[in-house]
Amino acid sequence: MLTFKNPPTRIEVVQTGKGRDLLFLHGAGGHMPNDPLIAALATKYRVSAPLLPGYGRSEGEEGLRDMLDVTLHALDVLEKLKLSKPIVVGHSMGGMIAAEMAAIAHTEIEKLCLLAPAGLWLDDHPIADIFAKLPYELPSLLFHDAEAGRRILTAGGGDMGDIEFLKQFLVMNARRLGMAGKLLFPIPDRGLAGRLYRVTARTLIVWGREDVLIPPVYGDAFKKAISKSKLVRIGRAGHAVGQEKPAAVLDAIQDYF
Amino acid sequence: MKFTWFHLMPWPHMPDDFRQKHRSVWVDLPNRMYQPELGHIAYHQYLDQLEYAEKVGFDGIGVNEHHANAYGLMPSPNIMAATLTRRTSKAALVVLGNSIALYNPPLRVAEEMAMLDVLSGGRLIAGFPVGTSMDTNYAYGTIPSLTREKYAEAHELIRKAWAADEPFAFNGRYTKLRYVNCWPKPIQNPPPVFIPGGGSVETYDFCLDNTYSYSYLSYSGYLRAKLLMEGYWKRVAERKADESPYRAGFAQVICVADTDEEAERLYGPHVSYFYNRCLHVYPGFADAPGYRTIKTIQTGALSQFAPGTGRDYPSMSWKDLTEGRYIVAGSPETVRQQMEELIKTLRVGNVFCLLHIGDMPDDKVRHSTRLFAEKVMPHLRNLWPDWKNHDDRFWCHPMHEPVPTRIAAE
Repeated sequence: MLTFKNPPTRIEVVQTGKGRDLLFLHGAGGHMPNDPLIAALATKYRVSAPLLPGYGRSEGEEGLRDMLDVTLHALDVLEKLKLSKPIVVGHSMGGMIAAEMAAIAHTEIEKLCLLAPAGLWLDDHPIADIFAKLPYELPSLLFHDAEAGRRILTAGGGDMGDIEFLKQFLVMNARRLGMAGKLLFPIPDRGLAGRLYRVTARTLIVWGREDVLIPPVYGDAFKKAISKSKLVRIGRAGHAVGQEKPAAVLDAIQDYF
Repeated sequence: MKFTWFHLMPWPHMPDDFRQKHRSVWVDLPNRMYQPELGHIAYHQYLDQLEYAEKVGFDGIGVNEHHANAYGLMPSPNIMAATLTRRTSKAALVVLGNSIALYNPPLRVAEEMAMLDVLSGGRLIAGFPVGTSMDTNYAYGTIPSLTREKYAEAHELIRKAWAADEPFAFNGRYTKLRYVNCWPKPIQNPPPVFIPGGGSVETYDFCLDNTYSYSYLSYSGYLRAKLLMEGYWKRVAERKADESPYRAGFAQVICVADTDEEAERLYGPHVSYFYNRCLHVYPGFADAPGYRTIKTIQTGALSQFAPGTGRDYPSMSWKDLTEGRYIVAGSPETVRQQMEELIKTLRVGNVFCLLHIGDMPDDKVRHSTRLFAEKVMPHLRNLWPDWKNHDDRFWCHPMHEPVPTRIAAE
């Protein structure tokens, strides 16, 4: 656990694997049970995956209210982890945070990998409202193969009919998406489009071809806005591209960096 | 006891296959269903009914705020209350209320409520709801987990704006105003305040801290409300506050006819319209994650999610709704007995009477209203003799001789 005084937060960090340093920032759902992407990355990299306050055992979400708060917090975490020129990888909301970090602290972040990042809004291609979705709708929203996705998401087990489990689930969901809402509700745009010009990192953008949450056209928009960037599309993959096709995402990262 | 005749102002023209064709009465129901010419008729009929309620002796008449829905057509309750200031002269105007986290700046609420209080000669009872998640988060875009902080700041600004005698600066997190200067100021300073609550434990303390009346608004009736209200009264005792029943209110769907059978015949279809169409909310819009506090989820509000306790309105018959006391319906004597039980078991000094239900036509609304006023209300007046049936802290204080009354006398 990392502890910070300003704002007061305690951060759980999953650290696994050996190799060059890689920082992984999760999406709005947090780490998935036995997260397949983290497992794949750990075969080649020393992965540090901090949990945002509101997720897992990380605390102090009351002190993080907006995009700047979260971006500076993530930079504080990066600094405290003392990583050596890490590849900064972020998925979805984590990609939005990673892109903001790279825009604000562009001299500090040299290698950036955005997996289906949030943060832009195209009127002609509205992003689905995850805050109005019911739990049973999530697998088909996040995965191309919904059934396989359902198995990944529910691998932790638990019985929704059990009142105690249900209570814990609702508290967890309220903490996580309550925090995510500060960046993503009601529209996941906090002005990133106006700041992407500052990103000087070599940037790999990865998108699942079957992403129905943030349509692949957003990949082109990110590519256009970030000067040194490459866009890789992965077939038969939805929004959780890293969890659905971990080997392909790992390959893409290794190829590029 | 204080009785407020409360109007929800629903859209009364939802089709029979509404539930099949639409997933929600709120947030994303296409507004092509709204027909302005029919809306004109409905608004005037509804306002006439509120005025009628004053005429037959209700203490208060009430309006509220909702957005993007066919359940209640008052995005601005203040506009409705403003029309009532001119056409009524005695009843309290219960504006329950303005969702203060939605206004930018929230000073607007302080100003408009002051206007209403001045216009009505001190008859305003103000309400400050957080608003439903459908309204506050989905329709008006407030970030769920910041809603309560924003609400608290708005409340602080409004109270300061009413209290101040000269301009001041307000440096809030959500609102920054170099010159707060509330013109006009309310006659009652401050007006009494009712807080609609739905089980947030923090709201109990908020009411006690500010001497506001806690109003539980629910459509599942007084039997199910008992647990929640016991929690409130327990908190009142813990805080060593007095136990004035006027610290609390409850909203109840009420239907009165000459006999129990007649009540079912007259009102059954409209009650069904209300429970099956007006309350048909898509679960994904009911409770945005972060809208409720963790403490509230951990304590009681959870019961609605527990297996076997979910509300299943579509399958409920008139018998289920009346025997389960979701609604209080029947002859004047039946209604009197059940209302007495409601008032005593929940310990409430305020009742918000929902006598217009769903798509009920005007003649039935007036019939039910008149029977309640004449044959039920008088028998319920003196249920709190220890409190002399009134608590000055929780009711309005009209001017002695307001202008509309004088004009009427001339």
